[in-house]
Amino acid sequence: MAIDAATVRKVARLARIAEPEARIDPLARELTGIMAWIEQLAEVDVEGVEPMTSAVSMTAPLREDVVTEGGDPERVLSNAPRRSGDFFVVPKVVE
Amino acid sequence: MSGLTDLTLRQALDALGTRKISSEELAGAYIAAIEAARPLNAFVLETPEKALEMARASDHRRASAEAGPLDGVPLGIKDLFCTEGVRTTAGSRILGAFTPTYESTVTSQLWRDGAVMLGKLNLDEFAMGSSNETSAFGPVVSPWRRQGDAAPLTPGGSSGGSAAAVAAGLCLGATATDTGGSIRQPAAFTGTVGIKPTYGRCSRWGVVAFASSLDQAGPIARTVEDAAILLQSMSGHDPKDSTSLNAEVPDFPAFVGKSVKGLRIGVPKEYRVEGMSPEIDALWEQGIAWLRDAGCEIVEVSLPHTRYALPAYYIVAPAEASSNLARYDGMRYGLRVEGGNLTDTYEKSRAAGFGEEVKRRILIGTYVLSAGYYDAYYLRALKVRRRIADDFTEAFGKVDALLTPTAPSAAFALGENAEDPVAMYLNDIFTVTVNLAGLPGMSVPAGLDAQGLPLGLQLIGRPLDEGLLFSLGGAIEKAAGFSSKPARWW
Repeated sequence: MAIDAATVRKVARLARIAEPEARIDPLARELTGIMAWIEQLAEVDVEGVEPMTSAVSMTAPLREDVVTEGGDPERVLSNAPRRSGDFFVVPKVVE
Repeated sequence: MSGLTDLTLRQALDALGTRKISSEELAGAYIAAIEAARPLNAFVLETPEKALEMARASDHRRASAEAGPLDGVPLGIKDLFCTEGVRTTAGSRILGAFTPTYESTVTSQLWRDGAVMLGKLNLDEFAMGSSNETSAFGPVVSPWRRQGDAAPLTPGGSSGGSAAAVAAGLCLGATATDTGGSIRQPAAFTGTVGIKPTYGRCSRWGVVAFASSLDQAGPIARTVEDAAILLQSMSGHDPKDSTSLNAEVPDFPAFVGKSVKGLRIGVPKEYRVEGMSPEIDALWEQGIAWLRDAGCEIVEVSLPHTRYALPAYYIVAPAEASSNLARYDGMRYGLRVEGGNLTDTYEKSRAAGFGEEVKRRILIGTYVLSAGYYDAYYLRALKVRRRIADDFTEAFGKVDALLTPTAPSAAFALGENAEDPVAMYLNDIFTVTVNLAGLPGMSVPAGLDAQGLPLGLQLIGRPLDEGLLFSLGGAIEKAAGFSSKPARWW
């Protein structure tokens, strides 16, 4: 299936990546090429096949619902691009 | 001093054990080798002071007879493993100068056993690539060259720094990761041994995530025995990774040298792909003959869905990646490019931080997961994945292990496959099936092509059967007598 420029813009928006206008058409061509190659999966008979959602069949283990670590704001904030005291500084989200 | 870096890991452990050499001397020799090899661009961060400090601590432990199984052994660490207090980048600008405040489980086990860290190794950005060319730090240059040709070659990817460093004698072994072939293909390209264990054998905790249902850590080393020693230390159950297997870790090194007589080895006919180099085919025949001579019975098997593995992978892996990489939003760590509002800041940060291949995969993943396409692409790919895994289950009803080539060609030149993403993806044609099925797979160097470049053979085992792979790999290693090293040009 051909991926057009509008679809690239929509997907880039969903992925929160600002693609410059000059990249839109090349990306449309690249993604179309990759998806055309992927289309061959349509040949496989998957009638009645259970989707494989994990590499080994195991049930997710449960752990005790207890606090294991915490109370160390310095470690949590040590890589923050911007901080103020014990808080991350982020762009304003509420007007 | 140069003789020190020629020892294998086993030999170095023996020499350290009998106090013929000290860990400090050994680390010093490797630090000098790394400095001299900067044209290879294998290390993105050298940690010589830390290495010497860890080596001196190891010498003290030896002196007081408290040495661990890897005590004093200098290793390189793929820069996808979080290392406490040491910058970890995943080969991406988006992580910037990210410095973890915690240690990955795999590396913490290596340090627990006494290993010494030389530094962090280059890789494709977020391990997405087969040539190490997508790294924000630029490509690794292979220590190998074609005979009479100075053209720079790829060491393979994504663990290109790990493979190049081991091949060039810059460390005794290295950690690596494999999502679609990223341990085995670089091992094949550089004449080294690489094993991707069973999914869940090594903890993924603290390893930067690419595609969580496929990612596995493993070692790259100079010999099969060295790889077994390293995997022993890296393996084991970890409650911090919910997909970590709670299974006993056998004595892997003890499997090397065991007889392989009477084993049934499958040769999958679908791996004879069109356009495969005749040299690869000849090497495969040679490998079959070696195992037959060692007493194995060779059986042709069929893995009918092999050709659908790569297209299925290029849905499953990007889908998981688009989800995993959503965390890089410039808020809590890493690169932030300020925009007019929150969304603008996200979009600008991610545009500036991710490279082209990573963006391409995030877009594919977002597309196949988006409304209207989920069933047609993602769900179908998961069903095809089941078909591929079932093929292996059926084959393992008849045979104990499989023998295939590792890669469809020898190492190619840097830049050669850069224009066509699909051509690059085809590098993983023989390795990716193993990740989809969650099986252990190992690449063993088996010979050189007409241009003097290494070629590898792949062994694939049943879940948790790494021990058998070490026995078979040891048999191939012995029969091949592979001892070639790249001629030093750097």
